[in-house]
Amino acid sequence: LKMADEKEAPVALGTTVEEPLDLIRLSLDEKVYVKMRNDREIRGRLHAFDQHLNMVLAQAEETVTTVEMDEESFEQVYRQTKRTIPMVFVRGDCVILVSPPMRGS
Amino acid sequence: TELFSVRQIRKMLFFSFFKTLVGKEVVVELKNDLSICGTLHSVDQYLNMKLLDISVTDPDRFPHMLSVKNCFIRGSVVRYVHLPSEHVDTQLLQDATRKEIAANKK
Repeated sequence: LKMADEKEAPVALGTTVEEPLDLIRLSLDEKVYVKMRNDREIRGRLHAFDQHLNMVLAQAEETVTTVEMDEESFEQVYRQTKRTIPMVFVRGDCVILVSPPMRGS
Repeated sequence: TELFSVRQIRKMLFFSFFKTLVGKEVVVELKNDLSICGTLHSVDQYLNMKLLDISVTDPDRFPHMLSVKNCFIRGSVVRYVHLPSEHVDTQLLQDATRKEIAANKK
């Protein structure tokens, strides 16, 4: 069955890194750090992603950072709220960056 | 039934993935912080979702959904979908991802 609208190019499932998405592909089944919009970060094991950076992460720890202003001292208090989600789909339009985890883990 | 071009089929990893979760219970967390628990009834190529028998996980903060049984959620308002890990084949996902990325190379 010939597909009329596309040429079949040879597909190399191998190890060459050409595009930014290939860099992320190297992190499949590894822990990754994801910086997201609204001062959120997630660390988890990357199981799937696509070109929109939609992702599925396992054992994901989300950190939400908020700033509160103390009315008397006018001090800014940074608070971090963490929670763990065993298996999560993350929509790509919230993602800012994806990288190997920064702390030694 | 839906018709897709060859080009479109190559970009449907998560559409196919969510179709395997139809009938399972998920929690959809929206960008406005509302979390909706329900049974996944259907999904489309935009990852719009229809959930049945929904419950809001924090009804004190969001009482306006109390009488709603089913809902349609536009894909673009989703932040997270909490998935049942027992129904997720991580090896299959990884293999499908590798193929999808390779197939989408320019």
